[in-house]
Amino acid sequence: MSSIQQSFKNFMNWVDQRLPVTETYEKHLSKYYAPKNFNFWYYFGVFAFVVLVNQLLTGIWLTMSYDPTGEGAFASIEYIMRDVQYGWMLRYMHSTGASAFFVVVYIHMFRGLMYGSYQKPRELIWLFGMLIYVALMAEGFFGYILPWGNMSFWGGQVIVSLVGAIPFVGEDLAVWVRGDFNMSGVTLNRFFALHVALVPLVLLVLVVLHILALHEVGSNNPDGVDIKKYPDKDGKPLDGIPFHPDYTIGHDLPGIVLFLFVFCAVMFFYPDGGGYLIEHANYEPADPLKTPDLIAPVWYYTPFYSMLRAATFPLFGLDAKFWGLVVMAGAIAIPFVLPWLDKSPVKSIRYKGWGSRIFLALFVIAFFVLGYLGTVHPTPTKTLIAQVCTGIYFAYFLFMPWYTRVEKTRPVPERVTLG
Amino acid sequence: MRRLLTAFVLLLPMIALASESGYPLDEMEPDLHDKASLQRGAKTYLNYCMGCHSLQYQRYIRTADDLGIPHDLMLEHLIFDPNVQIGDLMENSMSIESSKNWFGAAPPDLTLYSKLKGGPEYVYTYLRGFYEDPDRPFGVNNTVFENVGMPHVLVELQGLQRYVCKQVPKLTENGTKTRDRKTLQYVTEEKCGAELKEIGGSPLELVEGTGTLTPEEYDQVVYDLSNFLYYIAEPVRLERQRIGVYVLLFLAFFYVLTYLLGREYKKDFH
Repeated sequence: MSSIQQSFKNFMNWVDQRLPVTETYEKHLSKYYAPKNFNFWYYFGVFAFVVLVNQLLTGIWLTMSYDPTGEGAFASIEYIMRDVQYGWMLRYMHSTGASAFFVVVYIHMFRGLMYGSYQKPRELIWLFGMLIYVALMAEGFFGYILPWGNMSFWGGQVIVSLVGAIPFVGEDLAVWVRGDFNMSGVTLNRFFALHVALVPLVLLVLVVLHILALHEVGSNNPDGVDIKKYPDKDGKPLDGIPFHPDYTIGHDLPGIVLFLFVFCAVMFFYPDGGGYLIEHANYEPADPLKTPDLIAPVWYYTPFYSMLRAATFPLFGLDAKFWGLVVMAGAIAIPFVLPWLDKSPVKSIRYKGWGSRIFLALFVIAFFVLGYLGTVHPTPTKTLIAQVCTGIYFAYFLFMPWYTRVEKTRPVPERVTLG
Repeated sequence: MRRLLTAFVLLLPMIALASESGYPLDEMEPDLHDKASLQRGAKTYLNYCMGCHSLQYQRYIRTADDLGIPHDLMLEHLIFDPNVQIGDLMENSMSIESSKNWFGAAPPDLTLYSKLKGGPEYVYTYLRGFYEDPDRPFGVNNTVFENVGMPHVLVELQGLQRYVCKQVPKLTENGTKTRDRKTLQYVTEEKCGAELKEIGGSPLELVEGTGTLTPEEYDQVVYDLSNFLYYIAEPVRLERQRIGVYVLLFLAFFYVLTYLLGREYKKDFH
């Protein structure tokens, strides 16, 4: 052993006696065993991490040149786009990253639904994940306000006014949220504070909890079998692969490069995404006297926006807007209890019965249709379709205890299968 | 004169009600590599538009450098205010208050207009869509932006257009011409504006000899102007695409490396 290696070892010994660095490294990286049958769908967790880092770094640098005032915000974005060295690149990385975050997280969640990754003993992983999703929606909303374009203004106006639909206290609550009687520079200031300080902090804490909970019970896999049941003589799972360096370099790294390829193709060649990533109406400054033709949220909220608009009639003396809010809040809340709705003895869709498959397929279709409908003007037919799709969305969850119990499942293999 | 001004001020609320129509836009393929076109567009813009429509998010120096215009020429021929320096923002001196009084609405800043309208086609069609309308305060109306508050600034170049309706063959639902059952003559119907435009007709007719340019020359002027506005909405567009190509090439190459490296590690998986 060379003297350098020896001194490094001595140094690590010194540190480890005071801070469990080596132990942590082994627990979470080199001796954390991931099932060896991970497939395409298992890339998206690490992609989400990559995008999170991208958002944090580009966000910090954007903050250096952004002016969070009602008078200066819009011009400071164009200052970043034109006068700041590579400011345009930072800004497009951040704006494309916002949409990429939701693409990746939606696929990551779909993977969870497909392979039953929320089932016992992974309930907490799912709960932390759902909290991350809700925090991400808040983060995206606050971020969307910051350019202070006309769509920022009116989008913010619509969403904050939802609070006003709550009976009795709504209007006062909306004023409290805005800090003003209308959307104004005051609102922009506080949303900026939430966007760059509070919500990122909450997100980071939740991500740590999400991963700690995952590493406590181990990753699920496409077969939904427990790899810990078959350890070798050293106690390491026979079907497990060390997360680092085997999985990180063998599986994740080439995947990340492919992901970056797609990401950069969008970022460098279609940063506006045809008006879906950066909306056309946001290229003029906020104007309280000029409502855009169509106020539509960015694509990642549109499924929920559709459900909000699908409530068209008053009930029990409360108006339709309030029930829209209830439906939308319910749609975001109901996935939280998913681990307790699934009564199936198996985890993965591979071994679940036709009931689960059909409901999952309908659920995905309904979600896409709702997403589309949220981007267009409502008509009576479209509203009817949105109502049907909202029904399917809730049916997937509410009927789950029934269809997962009555359907005929297939036998689950003892060890993981390799396609 | 005072009476005229009073009448003008009374008309203002009407101008403010100007709305946009669903008029079909003409195709226009912008070309940012055509520096000559962009320079001509900049020249037209600074001569005819800048007085009312600022480009306040962009600096003169950036425009000059991107378009290949030497700074001294820019200062001498394209910047009319001697107090303006080459590094200043492309603002103008018209106050929002007085412009609201003159036109009913403040002329918008046009730096981002091409992006706001989803492309350069809007301006291209709009500037070729002015026609004579004695009911309007400035004597003109516009097919793309109905009852717009803006006068036809380029009228000396284009000349005056008239709004015309035409007799066109009446079509069945299948798109075939219809005949009268008795006379067996083709039946025609009158179409105007957007409807005429949609079937490929032109609802505007130029009054001969009123403009200094031929229709082709005028179209070129408007093309250059629209091209320039397309440029200025995102001056970094070409640079972004140029860098993007290298980034994608690098990532493709890097993928091969990481794939080969990953393959070595993956041998342990099985």
